[in-house]
Amino acid sequence: METVIPIFKKELRSYFQSPIAYIFLTVFLIILNGLLFWASGFLVVGQADLRDFFGLISIMLIFFVPAMSMRLWSEEMKLGTMELLMTFPVRDWEAVVGKFLAALAIIALAILLTLPLPIALAFLGRPDAGPIIGGYLGALLLAAAYLAIGAWTSSTTSNQIVSFILALLILLIGSFGFDWIRQFSPSWLASILAYLSLREHFDNITRGVIDIRDIFYYFTIVGFFLYLNVRSIESRKWS
Amino acid sequence: MIEVRNLRKTFGPTVAVDDVSFDVANGEVLGFLGPNGAGKTTTMRVLTCYIPPDTGTAKVAGFDTATQSIEVRRKIGYLPENAPLYLDMEVTEYLGFVAEIRGLPPDSRSRRVAAMIDLCSLGEVRRRPVGELSKGFRQRVGLAQTLIHDPEVLVLDEPTTGLDPNQIVQIRELIKRIGREKTVILSTHILQEVEATCSRVQIINDGRLIAHGTVEELTSLATGDTRVIARLKAADARSIEPRLRTLPGVTGLRNLGDGGGEGRFEVIASGTTGDSLEESIFRCAVENGWVLTEMRREAQSLEQVFQRLTRGEA
Repeated sequence: METVIPIFKKELRSYFQSPIAYIFLTVFLIILNGLLFWASGFLVVGQADLRDFFGLISIMLIFFVPAMSMRLWSEEMKLGTMELLMTFPVRDWEAVVGKFLAALAIIALAILLTLPLPIALAFLGRPDAGPIIGGYLGALLLAAAYLAIGAWTSSTTSNQIVSFILALLILLIGSFGFDWIRQFSPSWLASILAYLSLREHFDNITRGVIDIRDIFYYFTIVGFFLYLNVRSIESRKWS
Repeated sequence: MIEVRNLRKTFGPTVAVDDVSFDVANGEVLGFLGPNGAGKTTTMRVLTCYIPPDTGTAKVAGFDTATQSIEVRRKIGYLPENAPLYLDMEVTEYLGFVAEIRGLPPDSRSRRVAAMIDLCSLGEVRRRPVGELSKGFRQRVGLAQTLIHDPEVLVLDEPTTGLDPNQIVQIRELIKRIGREKTVILSTHILQEVEATCSRVQIINDGRLIAHGTVEELTSLATGDTRVIARLKAADARSIEPRLRTLPGVTGLRNLGDGGGEGRFEVIASGTTGDSLEESIFRCAVENGWVLTEMRREAQSLEQVFQRLTRGEA
């Protein structure tokens, strides 16, 4: 347990030492604001509805989270530092959790830095607090789920690009692919796909209806993929 | 300190390590010698708990690598092949990270980092990112990392590959200095390295241990023959060769070329008579009125032993 902290700190530091973290934060905010103001006419329409805003965040995360997670393990494998890390007195799950939390911290920071928007909105219109809180909670849970998936794909390859594309593919399928297949599916399959869909639960939460089942869903996804992550790191021991 | 019993590890159809058993006593510097791909790295990875063996056991300081992996890792400082490092970290920062993850108490961390920078002569690059350092400095950062928690056992996988001759000498000196207090396993395919740093040697080939002992034991183990090079001057140079052949115990003679009335020969004798070979050559020279201008015993180098053993097995 005590080694989660040094790994967390090391990862966080390496995100800020390389320009990754700054680029991530800046580009995320620029694109988000740009899309909102120019493309969707967010303020022009004057709608105090934050649904568009959180919807946009959820789509952007599909592309941004894999960019953040791709180096987590792939880089260690490429540099050979994996052998170093795994021979320190660190349990595999501690390394997995430490890295996951570090990347999550930066993504959470990016999401929280969007706060001025809904605050500005609060002055312009009369938005409900419920959807704002729900939206941020949903975005964080969604980001955590995406990140767990990205961290796992990163642990399967020493190539960061492969890791990025794999994660992107899974996230696109899990977000839109399931919805699309659902249209042609028998109802029993459709309901399973609806439950599995990464976006479905997010939509529920952003409506301001915070249901423990939706939160449970994201925790399950995170737990499941972090478990796969641990297993994938252990796989060096099987061959 | 280290006990390895019947270790076996396969990767698919390839047997990397096959039934390897050995011990390393406290304070010993063991040279692990073998051609590339012989199973050195695999053995070290098992010892450092990076990979488990298929069968067999490895114990470090009484802890089993399979069941007490965390305890084993605490006891070991490990420098993997090519000294992998986090390239974007500065030297002090990197050593600080290792100190922290190794569980050193916060108040002693910076003291240990400073001590390691001192020991490994890293003062001038302490604030530089590891990625900007030359291979020699990186290797020393790697060594500093292995020592920071003052481990009882050091496992160094080819610590001098890719270094220039001066750096090699520096690293060897450092290892020697460290080896006075710690148990060290050092793998290499460079034979001088073993002669320069190790108290005991172990040769591995195709995953099997084929020889072990001190450097002296191994060199004498290679052959029972004694080889003496003698340069002799005589009025009739051709008379030298047949006379030398009749000396007691001589089994072989090689003419190494001669000029004028001088001949240079390699005389090979076997068995116990070999011990007095120089004496008989000297007497023979005196009796025949030759002038002896050079005589020396050709020591079998570890290199020859190594080549003989590893080729013979293949």
